[in-house]
Amino acid sequence: MTEKLVVIGAGMASGRMLENLFEIAPDAFDVTLFNAEPRGNYNRIMLSPVLSGEKSYEEIVTHDAAWYEAHGVTCRFGERVTAIDRSRKVVIAPNGEVPYDKLVLGTGSSAFIIPCPGHDLPGVVAFRDLEDTTAMLEASSGQGAKAVVIGGGLLGLEAAAALRLRGMEVTVLHLAGHLMERQLDESAGYLLQKDLEKRGITVLTKASTKAIQGEGKVEKVVLEDGTVLEADIVVMAVGIRPAVSVAAEAGLEMGRAVKVDAQMRTSDPDIFAVGECVEFNGQLFGLVAPLYDQAKVLAKTLTGEEEAFTPKELSTKLKVTGCDLFSAGDFAEGEGREDIVFRDPARGVYKRLVIEGEKLVGAVMYGDTADSNWFFGLIKDGTDVEEMRETLIFGPAFQGGGSVDPMAAVAALPADAEICGCNGVCKGQIIEAIEGGATTLGQIKATTKASASCGTCTGLVEQVMAVTLGDGFELPKAVNICGCTDLSHEDVRRLIKSKELKSQPAVWQELGWKTVNGCHVCRPAVNFYLLADWPLDYADDPQSRFINERVHANIQKDGTYSVVPRMFGGMCTPDELIAVAEAARKFGGTLHVTGGQRVDILGIRKEDLPAIWADLNAAGLVSGHAYSKGLRTVKTCVGTNFCRFGTQDSTGLGIKLEQKLWGSWTPHKVKLAVTGCPRNCAEATCKDIGVVCVDSGYQIGVGGAAGMDVKETERLVDVKTEEEVIEWTTAFLQLYREHGKYLDRPYKWLAKVGLDWVKEVLADADERAALNDRFEVSQSVYRKDPWAELAKPEPAKSFLPIADLTQEAAE
Amino acid sequence: MSWIDICAIEDIPERGARIVKTAEGCVAVFRTGPEEVFATSNSCAHKGGPLSEGIVHDRKVTCPLHNWVYSLETGEAQGADQGQIATYPVRIEAGRVLLDAESLARRSAA
Repeated sequence: MTEKLVVIGAGMASGRMLENLFEIAPDAFDVTLFNAEPRGNYNRIMLSPVLSGEKSYEEIVTHDAAWYEAHGVTCRFGERVTAIDRSRKVVIAPNGEVPYDKLVLGTGSSAFIIPCPGHDLPGVVAFRDLEDTTAMLEASSGQGAKAVVIGGGLLGLEAAAALRLRGMEVTVLHLAGHLMERQLDESAGYLLQKDLEKRGITVLTKASTKAIQGEGKVEKVVLEDGTVLEADIVVMAVGIRPAVSVAAEAGLEMGRAVKVDAQMRTSDPDIFAVGECVEFNGQLFGLVAPLYDQAKVLAKTLTGEEEAFTPKELSTKLKVTGCDLFSAGDFAEGEGREDIVFRDPARGVYKRLVIEGEKLVGAVMYGDTADSNWFFGLIKDGTDVEEMRETLIFGPAFQGGGSVDPMAAVAALPADAEICGCNGVCKGQIIEAIEGGATTLGQIKATTKASASCGTCTGLVEQVMAVTLGDGFELPKAVNICGCTDLSHEDVRRLIKSKELKSQPAVWQELGWKTVNGCHVCRPAVNFYLLADWPLDYADDPQSRFINERVHANIQKDGTYSVVPRMFGGMCTPDELIAVAEAARKFGGTLHVTGGQRVDILGIRKEDLPAIWADLNAAGLVSGHAYSKGLRTVKTCVGTNFCRFGTQDSTGLGIKLEQKLWGSWTPHKVKLAVTGCPRNCAEATCKDIGVVCVDSGYQIGVGGAAGMDVKETERLVDVKTEEEVIEWTTAFLQLYREHGKYLDRPYKWLAKVGLDWVKEVLADADERAALNDRFEVSQSVYRKDPWAELAKPEPAKSFLPIADLTQEAAE
Repeated sequence: MSWIDICAIEDIPERGARIVKTAEGCVAVFRTGPEEVFATSNSCAHKGGPLSEGIVHDRKVTCPLHNWVYSLETGEAQGADQGQIATYPVRIEAGRVLLDAESLARRSAA
């Protein structure tokens, strides 16, 4: 006897289920198929090629009218089911009820639309069905049309690439720090972004949409940070949610979607569900492979055969031509897991394997995915990989031997990459010199001037020689930054500039880092180099900073902090001093007068820091950066204001210097002093930069020290006016910022590059002006009080414990 | 195991940590990746440095006081240093970070 089967939703899962069903039992059911879209089943995952023009809609239709007729399916397309009456076993729809013996829910999912202002304007579409695709195609036809795609996941990137192929100007907005963060780690995300940018797609990460605006239709997208993007169409591809309202209203048992057992049966024994609207064992399903598995199980269940659904490992490939990307399995969360990372900067290849015990559990690959199926097989089958662990990452073809070339990064540089910044010498010129007969560093210096000035690029020049001369050149042993890389600080600094690396993942990938994300030694150094070289492009990463610079206070041995407000030039007003004293009393601090003419409030608890800063801010005091590898203090004497020996206004000049320089980050701490006469009460001659006032003007000395080493400053220059002091001092500081090795004080840096070279550079007025300009660009970002920022209610919360379980634990 | 809801995963910065106060001292909850967390004692075996304030790299943390490095998976000090810190079961469910109350209680009994 024929049973009545009603199917709600003609999607890929229910479509496959019907195919399987008709194969097993062609005449067992009298089928009625509802679909809210006014058409039957088509291959939804092929919408990207339709959008890009590589396929037509007709080519992606799975079931046409003839197929439905041949199998006796009653089609109710364009009709949305409004309710299910389980007591009477009928489905209710606008054009009438249909009774069922068995009911299958295949309602799929709908796109999640960010409920920002303007989300309902015409021109805002999802990328779910043919209507969306048609709307995008229409928008792309105009000359110079612009598209904004919100969401840098699989779907969003496919839409972006397709629209770009159609000739649109495309910007992708992504909320997370890197693209496809669920499938990729940062390094692969970086490579993907680079490839997309090469195709002319603009990618903005950490971009939060505030509003969509326009008169009657979409015209622009406004971001939280104030950026405004023009748009003829906005594609929302931020995620999907199961479309389950009908099921929920019918009273079926729900989790995040319709709960089913391994036979795809819901809490009602006559109602089944399949596809994206299903929740099994707490898991949702969005990729096509498990949906097809479900379809097969359901077809068997309906025909009374035994079958059970078991979720399998999944892999993802991006359908964007030229972006070779693969991710599979699980590379998150779990103890006892180990990473194997392989990077080949020259080819833009990144591979990461995650191993748990003896098994491979996850893989991410970019640039070279030739072995992806092999790795996927190992993951799916749970193969014991212990034996081949050492060589696993090289793939199935690899049998012993061979090692990674540590000089790959240098070998990969193009001929026009600048190696020596001082003299503007490119890699090509060095190679030419070598081909012209130069075999030693001295000959290279003599013929090209590369590394002949400050010398920080020496390591790189030697590596270019080693790569070019092969065995004919013995590479001197350079000291690497840490175990994460074979490159020295100087190499990394130069390469960051010549390869224009502007993020940490870019540095790790392009320079072949051997670890996933660096360590406590290289991360602060790389963070400094990036912010010093690209102040406007690179955002400081607090997680790559030592605790003191992250919380803007000095950690003490008992875990409390010390707080030092800035007193410009060592001066303060009575009211400011009272505010310091009151803050110390209120928060139980101990007061100490420092050698840099500041007052230190010691013993402050971390959770009190935002409050004490707010109090100090209220009195007009800002952070003294007593914790920073940056500008610390400018110490002064009272000069001509009070002192009978003073020759100049040393106090005023010290204040001006500190007001200009404060907040800047440097390779190591920098201390200044301005003293009013050669009696040197401000101890200027043992500072990193010390100014001694004399009758005829000012003597600027640099490279002093009074720490582990004690050193007297050496004279940089004598000048006549305060303006010149500020100009020279700033230029010197910026030169040190641009060339110094992280954690080298200026005297150590000077010992390497030589004071003569510094004098030569700074003697050029244009160079001084350029250094001053670059310093000011950086200061436009960093001359801000970090305390004022962190004392605000939202960031202040991060200073508190995230939870207090003292009650629970006591019970 | 009885799991206690601690916070949303976004409340912990990536490659950072937050602390949870318990009657027996603080537990540090580290976030090593978008969807990966570990929980350990907050106290370095060397001089009691607050590990939650250290630099987090890979699945390790470096103590801010004297640069001892611990594996967050095993709690074992790395390299030449000898020491062990307690680790606690922690997991992520629907974007929430959950700590196991029983192991925290055992900590107080121990």
